[in-house]
Amino acid sequence: MILQALAFYLFAAILLVSAVVVISARNPVHSVLCLILAFFNAAALFVLVGAEFLAMILVIVYVGAVAVLFLFVVMMLDIDHAEMRQGFLNYLPIGALVGLVLLVELVIVAGLWQYEPAMAAGLAQPVPPLDVRSNTAAIGDVLYTRYALLFQAAGIILLIAMIGAIVLTLRHRQIKRQRIGDQVRRRPEDVIRLHDARSGEGV
Amino acid sequence: MMAAFPAHDLLSILPALWLAIAGMALLMTGVFISRNVSHIVFWGAVASLVIAGFLAIVSPVGGQPFDGLLAVDAFGRFMTVLVVTGAVLALIMARGFMRRESMERFELPVLMVLATLGMYLMVQANDLMTLYVGLEMQSLALYVCAAFQQDKLRSTEAGLKYFVLGAVASGMLLYGCSLVYGFSGSTSFHGIVATLAADSDSTGILVGAVFIAAGLAFKISAVPFHMWTPDVYEGAPTPVTAFFSAAPKMAAMALLVRVLVDPFAALVDQWQQIIFLLAVGSMALGALGAIGQRNIKRLMAYSSIGHAGFALVGLAAGSEAGVHGVLVYLAIYLVMGLGTWGCILAMRRDGTMVEGIDDLAGLSRSQPALALALAVFMFSMAGIPPLAGFFGKFYVFLAAIDAGLYTLTVIGVLMSVVGAFYYIRIVKLMYFDDPADAFDRPVGRDLVPVIAVTAVVTVGFFLFSDPLLDSARNAAATLVAGVSPTGQ
Repeated sequence: MILQALAFYLFAAILLVSAVVVISARNPVHSVLCLILAFFNAAALFVLVGAEFLAMILVIVYVGAVAVLFLFVVMMLDIDHAEMRQGFLNYLPIGALVGLVLLVELVIVAGLWQYEPAMAAGLAQPVPPLDVRSNTAAIGDVLYTRYALLFQAAGIILLIAMIGAIVLTLRHRQIKRQRIGDQVRRRPEDVIRLHDARSGEGV
Repeated sequence: MMAAFPAHDLLSILPALWLAIAGMALLMTGVFISRNVSHIVFWGAVASLVIAGFLAIVSPVGGQPFDGLLAVDAFGRFMTVLVVTGAVLALIMARGFMRRESMERFELPVLMVLATLGMYLMVQANDLMTLYVGLEMQSLALYVCAAFQQDKLRSTEAGLKYFVLGAVASGMLLYGCSLVYGFSGSTSFHGIVATLAADSDSTGILVGAVFIAAGLAFKISAVPFHMWTPDVYEGAPTPVTAFFSAAPKMAAMALLVRVLVDPFAALVDQWQQIIFLLAVGSMALGALGAIGQRNIKRLMAYSSIGHAGFALVGLAAGSEAGVHGVLVYLAIYLVMGLGTWGCILAMRRDGTMVEGIDDLAGLSRSQPALALALAVFMFSMAGIPPLAGFFGKFYVFLAAIDAGLYTLTVIGVLMSVVGAFYYIRIVKLMYFDDPADAFDRPVGRDLVPVIAVTAVVTVGFFLFSDPLLDSARNAAATLVAGVSPTGQ
């Protein structure tokens, strides 16, 4: 138990520190790298509470795809972050106020949260207890059977998105392609001309 | 705990399987065949849609495959046939336009087939998740279709506007879905019915239902969620606009009817007021907003807002007769709307499309047949008997009177009279004004059959209306009976 508590505090501390670095680092690339560190630690926290599926999704989706995309964007766009952060102190009070309101709301929600007792009866697919079946297996139980139709339909939506992205961006402009035959067929007498250029007048 | 893959359910969603496979096969054909590709994919798409409609008609109804994710019933079948008809006719009309406007690319038919698949899921949805997935599948394909002429500023603008506002609508819909799920513990329509049976004044579910209705009202462009319609209708390529006003409108309306009449049946007193306001607003804006329009595509956009309002009158009645009225109205609107779009597609001069209403002046002298067809559609939209449009309005108003909604009916009839002004003004322009320059001839092999068939149906509706009325009545009866107080 003590080991778990130690692990929790370790991961939580690293998470908080890296989150602070994300918004305070001068170099945007450092920000993104710290964001990835924060994601990893959040994933570790999920593992500690037994939500291993969420942990894996966090690593695969957020670290594997989203953060890498961020990294590309940050590296490709030439943003001067020092300039962007100039009004930081001016906005600090109002930012802190918004943060405080959010914190109070979260505390209220966490304190007053309760399940409607009648709701448990209406659940379509109650989640089995963790010691019976892990989350991943429980999701797999229904995802590819009961909800197979929706799973496939979501796949088709992604296909439509892909077609759409290609249709709207790919254009068959006059692209110069390499034609090896033409290159080989080229002869000096076709392409080289001799000009008598007088000095000072050009060709 | 372990459920097997419900293989036996695949048979009951045969049209969806067919559309998905056909769509992907057409895509592959388009990618790998280089000669004559748009021709092959185009006719392939028409054929697959026709076959899908046929499969929907012959496949048995009454099941709830995939543990109730879908409800394959007579209502779904009726709406599937409408949606597929709209898609086929719009696609046929698109052919000539695509060739002339050099947007002859095979992706458009593929996207329309996949959008139709989404609409199939929408009209048969029996679960909030199916509802959303179907809606998103449809919308995503339509956003791309709207922006299909990427070289034209208007088309890109239409696509972007449609996308952003559609995303807002999806957000509202999802928020509503999450509230309903949170308060009922179930996303399935049966589960919601069961929760409402136990506790019929759950505020959470009511708020969720309002958000869902607002999200769907966006899709049918009912006031006050109509802002995108004129811009998108004007900017999108004309055949795509014709498709918008036909198929997706049917599907979204069917979804709204099913959601309100099935899971939220117990809240009828509450949602009736919402639909009442949506109907009044849409009818009024459709009638008054169209008067100042000079562009015929914008005019048709306002007209479609107005027609959505008239259809909602039937839904506001909340009865079986009301649902029947909505179905008949949608079927008739589909036919006369597509016919009008066919006439608009025939409006071109020297190879380019013209869209001004004044360009129609004196059409009766240069092209009497086209003018006659357009006059028929305009009179029908205005609701002049004995044309089809009159019967559409007749059934929804009848249902509203039966339900005691006299105010709504009176407003509806008044707005119908106001709307008649701008429809008949077009007829006056065509028949009594000095001719403008003539349009290009011939009208086109793709347009003539569509215009002719829709015009004949519009005129002859009262002679051969029984099959449509019967199947609509049957569809309405299964939808309303399926949710009688027992909840199943």
